[in-house]
Amino acid sequence: MNDILQGLVSAFWLVVTFDADLVEISLRSLQVSLSALVLASAIAIPLGTWLAIRRFRYRRATIALLNALMGLPPVVVGLIVYILLSRSGPFGVLGLLFTPTAMIIAQVIIITPLIASITHQAMRDLWADYHDLLISLNASKRDRIAALIMDGRRTLLTASLAGFGRAIGEVGAIMIVGGNIDNATRVLTTAIALETGKGDFALALALGFVLIALAIAVNVLIHVLSRTERAGRW
Amino acid sequence: MIKRLAIALAAMLMAFAAQAEVLRMAVTTSFHNSGLSDILLPAIAEDTAIEVQLLVVGTGQAIRLGEAGDVDAILVHSRKAEEAFVEGGFGTHRREIMYNDFVVIGPRVDPADLQSAGSVRDALTRIQDAKADFVSRGDDSGTHKKELSLWGAAGLDPKTFGGWYHEVGAGMGASLNTATGLGAYTLSDRASWLNFGNRDDMALLFAGDESLNNQYAYLPVNPERHPHVNAEGAGKLEAWLTGPRAKELIDGYTINGETLFVFNAKPR
Repeated sequence: MNDILQGLVSAFWLVVTFDADLVEISLRSLQVSLSALVLASAIAIPLGTWLAIRRFRYRRATIALLNALMGLPPVVVGLIVYILLSRSGPFGVLGLLFTPTAMIIAQVIIITPLIASITHQAMRDLWADYHDLLISLNASKRDRIAALIMDGRRTLLTASLAGFGRAIGEVGAIMIVGGNIDNATRVLTTAIALETGKGDFALALALGFVLIALAIAVNVLIHVLSRTERAGRW
Repeated sequence: MIKRLAIALAAMLMAFAAQAEVLRMAVTTSFHNSGLSDILLPAIAEDTAIEVQLLVVGTGQAIRLGEAGDVDAILVHSRKAEEAFVEGGFGTHRREIMYNDFVVIGPRVDPADLQSAGSVRDALTRIQDAKADFVSRGDDSGTHKKELSLWGAAGLDPKTFGGWYHEVGAGMGASLNTATGLGAYTLSDRASWLNFGNRDDMALLFAGDESLNNQYAYLPVNPERHPHVNAEGAGKLEAWLTGPRAKELIDGYTINGETLFVFNAKPR
């Protein structure tokens, strides 16, 4: 218990004194996870919607696979991305290993199935309501997807935020592909793992509280900006 | 819209790529935990204008990173693995830099009575006789390999040990955390122990045997095998690490008044 109190106190001081290292790794955490979020959403939302409205032979299998991939173990993704990006691997010439770009790639792979799967669930229900209307209007496939995404944007926001939550709290994959290099690829979660390893639980917890606060702040900010959960609008 | 997004994305990726002269070096957790790197890196940047990026991993992983050409040099402490690395053509040569020593950490109550042990061989035999809990790194790191060779030198085989021998498969700090939780003995390098925060009821119970010395060596990755490595930077770094400024900083580094490392690089 004492450790938790100490952690809260150190977290408070780190934030109040605007600790330079803390600011740097927090910004990097945000940069990596938000980039991964944007990229993953750009892939997953159209994909999930398309899966909801399109009928094709392997649809059920694809959806089952997508749902299973939600539980993809980050450390395995990290290892595979590491092997692909390693100098001895197929994409070694790009020199991307141990850079924030590599971390973004790993996180995109981890969160895309999650966002796509939640999108698909939501869009399937919405499609059931909109089906007759859109068909009778003779809307093209493209227009149907656009209409569903527009009207389902609240749920899609939730899907994206779930993806963001998984990305910013993730440590296994980015530890391997980022390497936790000071001033280059260290982010909040890998710093927490490092400090825990040193037995400095107070600092590790302090960073943990900062991470939680950051995740809450991003969620609130996105809700405020998109004007959801307000009187008269939902 | 999509075009604009693509441009923004490309700009973002370019921003990541812009870097100064950078040298990537894989080092062991024990070296990093000692805190010495925090002293050396700024001095290296000052004298040679090289930004050394440290990848802090176990010796096993450090060697894998070197073999794959993902780092420019490695600084590790496991002689056999280092020699195999050079023999395999992955590194150009092996240069000894400094040494520190290993210590046996255990619960203050000391159920195996290590404090009256005369040698490390005696100490390990006592732990085995008492079947006292022992935490092994179990991660193929330099410290793990050292521990296995010490058991071997004492004529004991960890594979035959019972449930009191715990292989945790983790770094030094995490292993010390586990040993603290279990009230178990463990082998640690002195630096990690001195910098360790969560000591609880643990104490340094045995040290000082010559076979506990821990030699660190620097191995540049072979540019013939991996043409992209920064061999020039690795050469500059080697010259610095074996030079007078490094000697002064390494020999002068203390924690709680205790000297940790002894510089022993030979000029060539």
